[in-house]
Amino acid sequence: MRKPVEQIEEATILFAGDSGDGSQTIGTQMTETTALIGNDVATLPDYPAEIRAPAGSLAGVSGFQLHFSSEQIHTPGDICDVLVAMNPAALKVHLHKLKPNGILIVNVDNFARRNLRLAGYESNPLEGDTLTKYQVFQVELTQLTRKTLEATGLSTREMDLCKNFFALGMILWLYNRPMEYAMKWVKTKFAKKPQYIESNILALRAGNTYCEATEQFAVSYDVKPAVFEPGTYRNIDGNMATVLGLVAAAHQSELPLVYGGYPITPASDILHGLALYRNFGVITMQMEDEIAAVGVAIGAAFSGALGVTGSSGPGLALKSEAINLAMIAELPIVICNIQRAGPSTGMPTKTEQSDLLQMFYGRNGESPIPIVAPSRPYDCFESVYEACHIAIKYRTPVIFLSDLYIGMGAEPWKIPQLSELPEIRPNFAVSADTGNGFEPYLRDPETLARPWAKPGTVGLEHRIGGLEKSDVTGHVSYDPENHEKMVEIRAEKVARIANDFAPTEVFGSQEGEILLLGWGGTFGAIRTAVENYVAEGVPVAHVHLRHLNPFPNDLGDILQRFKKVLIPELNSGQLLQLIRSTYLIDVIGLNKVQGQPFHVFELHAKIDEILKK
Amino acid sequence: MKRKRTSRIPGGAPTLTKKDFESDQDVRWCPGCGDYSILTQTQRIMPDLGIPKENIVFISGIGCSSRFPYYMNTYGFHTIHGRAPTIASGVKMANPDLSVWIITGDGDALSIGGNHFIHLMRRNFDVNMLLFNNRIYGLTKGQYSPTSEQGKTTKSTPLGSLEAPFNPISLALASGATFVARSLDRDPDHLRSTIKAAFEHKGTSFLEIYQDCPIFNKDAFQQFTDKTTKTENTVRLEHGQPLVFGKESEKGIRLKDFHPEVTTANNENGAADDLIVHDQYAEDTTLANFLAGMSETPDMPHPIGIFRSVRRSSYEDAMTNQIRTARERMGDGDLEALLNAGETWTVS
Repeated sequence: MRKPVEQIEEATILFAGDSGDGSQTIGTQMTETTALIGNDVATLPDYPAEIRAPAGSLAGVSGFQLHFSSEQIHTPGDICDVLVAMNPAALKVHLHKLKPNGILIVNVDNFARRNLRLAGYESNPLEGDTLTKYQVFQVELTQLTRKTLEATGLSTREMDLCKNFFALGMILWLYNRPMEYAMKWVKTKFAKKPQYIESNILALRAGNTYCEATEQFAVSYDVKPAVFEPGTYRNIDGNMATVLGLVAAAHQSELPLVYGGYPITPASDILHGLALYRNFGVITMQMEDEIAAVGVAIGAAFSGALGVTGSSGPGLALKSEAINLAMIAELPIVICNIQRAGPSTGMPTKTEQSDLLQMFYGRNGESPIPIVAPSRPYDCFESVYEACHIAIKYRTPVIFLSDLYIGMGAEPWKIPQLSELPEIRPNFAVSADTGNGFEPYLRDPETLARPWAKPGTVGLEHRIGGLEKSDVTGHVSYDPENHEKMVEIRAEKVARIANDFAPTEVFGSQEGEILLLGWGGTFGAIRTAVENYVAEGVPVAHVHLRHLNPFPNDLGDILQRFKKVLIPELNSGQLLQLIRSTYLIDVIGLNKVQGQPFHVFELHAKIDEILKK
Repeated sequence: MKRKRTSRIPGGAPTLTKKDFESDQDVRWCPGCGDYSILTQTQRIMPDLGIPKENIVFISGIGCSSRFPYYMNTYGFHTIHGRAPTIASGVKMANPDLSVWIITGDGDALSIGGNHFIHLMRRNFDVNMLLFNNRIYGLTKGQYSPTSEQGKTTKSTPLGSLEAPFNPISLALASGATFVARSLDRDPDHLRSTIKAAFEHKGTSFLEIYQDCPIFNKDAFQQFTDKTTKTENTVRLEHGQPLVFGKESEKGIRLKDFHPEVTTANNENGAADDLIVHDQYAEDTTLANFLAGMSETPDMPHPIGIFRSVRRSSYEDAMTNQIRTARERMGDGDLEALLNAGETWTVS
């Protein structure tokens, strides 16, 4: 007889184990399946910087959290309904995230004395009464997997690599999800190693059957599909959406895409992703360092291509001199900064928003550069596309300021129609249209953009460089008035970009008590928090900035309409400083610098505190 | 020698002259600077290359030499210190039809830009690098450079520099350069012909030019350029020819116990059969390295000319091939299909 199925609205699952236990893999598979059957999903991979930290250690715990729902959601969840702990260290690190009466699945085979000691447990937590407030399922994951695979002829080590799929089989049963998508993935992944196709599928099925058969699991759950706008959807993480946005911008502008990269967490996946698309003419060059990576982007732009580079904070520090060259030479390049926790090497696999002021000010001289920040994984597509558009239209480097949380987080994305993508026209200079020969700094009166003249164009030979140039002619100039004028023109050019922005969306109350002003990857937590107040009729609102430089023209007016402005940021208050100095208003900060995203409850607490005053 | 594929001036187009390559900017190097000669010889040889000037790009870093692009009436980009090779790589990759020239100095290429230098050499883009080696920092007014001799007294080393210098030729060879040559600012004919040979080589061409800085390192190369001493102190490398030098070409160089040794060029029969014969096309780098090392061997003449010139696939050709192969295998990129790739679902 089939066991009963309980309908629920949403669930949050956290897979955790050693770095080599495959938690990221099965987390991703659960996400794919869940998205494909129509739930809204948000994910949070949380893994250590070490590739394989010592097995069983607290430092080596790798986690993958996913939140899915029959409603629209914006975050990977504050607390978890299910924790799958593959060893004591995973239990120790993540147990606090499990809600009371939550489901705890542990691999008891890994709870021997050695592993307990590595995790810092003096006694076995499975034996005491510390876990009584949870539904604990002790599963011999290792032994059951080995037993399942004993006829395959695989070594013990190889069998043990399949135990994550046993766990995935269990979770798929628990949430009534089909196994077919995971099987399909296994077949593609191991196409060249067929022995692993069979073994992983066997383990997956065995985990599924185990739950059905064993008395431990009495009930399973179902989450109905969410209501989405009509359209075709796929699941996408932020870095992949960035890759597609760049390819799309190159395609729509009919420019070759040249990407200079240097491996760095968490931006490497952009280099990896673009390298797949040679058949689009995409050129990726892994260079000798971060400076060379931005150098090829600048050179490509000078040659008339879409030059792009990507990195994270430390890499951006190295690139800053070259970005400044692109700024004064007024060449269109896009610099992707996938922020991680700093300073210096910091915490490479943890998220943060602490590079904002670096992007604003981290160059010598007066150096205004537009900054575009995506708000959620799928928004990376549109944001980086817009960054390319601004760069090409205004002949300027543009910083695309993403972060690890959205770069590596995934969610369903409504795939746009090509006709929805704004047109991008490079408008190369083709002839010298004044009597004075070609003048490389004769500007478009509306945008102040200078002409983009590709080498190879007859009659437009000209020289540019990092030395200050004379207005119009572009000759080297040390003239004091000219220098000041050029500084002002470069600032004004960036300021005028705001004329292209659509009116800023104010979510919730259009005026009233509190405006939450956010930017970047904090969108999900802020929006979820504000939705709760809006539903209760409390005059709270949310504005999320994609454009950090220049700010939208209407932002000053919007800020005036609220008694309090609260800026939640994953830094010590960087947008806060910019808003205070730009608009001369006081604002309140909610700051978290832990390498972790906001929890919705943290925002609730702050909003409540302000409302009570 | 193989010619390049850079596009030609179509038949009937007016022939270019040196004047066509002079920009309208006043040249502002110190009087007597070796850079003038290099500029003049470059402008003189450009018309002989047979390519339209709009297809020529000069890219430089920072330093005295790096003002060069402003004086050439071609496309030009005066970039930042040490980074010209990276920007040139992007320029060439985005448009392989361009003839790309990197102008650099010993500080720019070998100190702040040392990392880019070695990687440029190994990648083998079809670009040309002219390194003006004056063994001093000129624009910053006289500090020792990575090619200054050890013990050099400068503003930053009043008691003498502590560092052994780089040999740029050895460094280029060790980095896998496919064309390595040396010339002199004061030998215009040799300089022009070597610049032309660099252009004609398909792949990264590295040309070190001994260049006099009359202000901060006057006559550093005088022994190689002065009429009375140069024949004794230099040996011209010519492919297929024995290494001979001296006023009457009376001296030759042979190998003894893995070391170079000066001997007489002619024996009683009128020919020395044990002299080293230069082979610039040798695939292995043994001879080129040996010749490069002669610059550091006491009492040996300095080799001038082409040390090495071998054929290897260029980076941009290899990339173009990858793109072509990918298109043959997967078809031209279809953006709509790309966006809709993988598992999708439709909500109606």
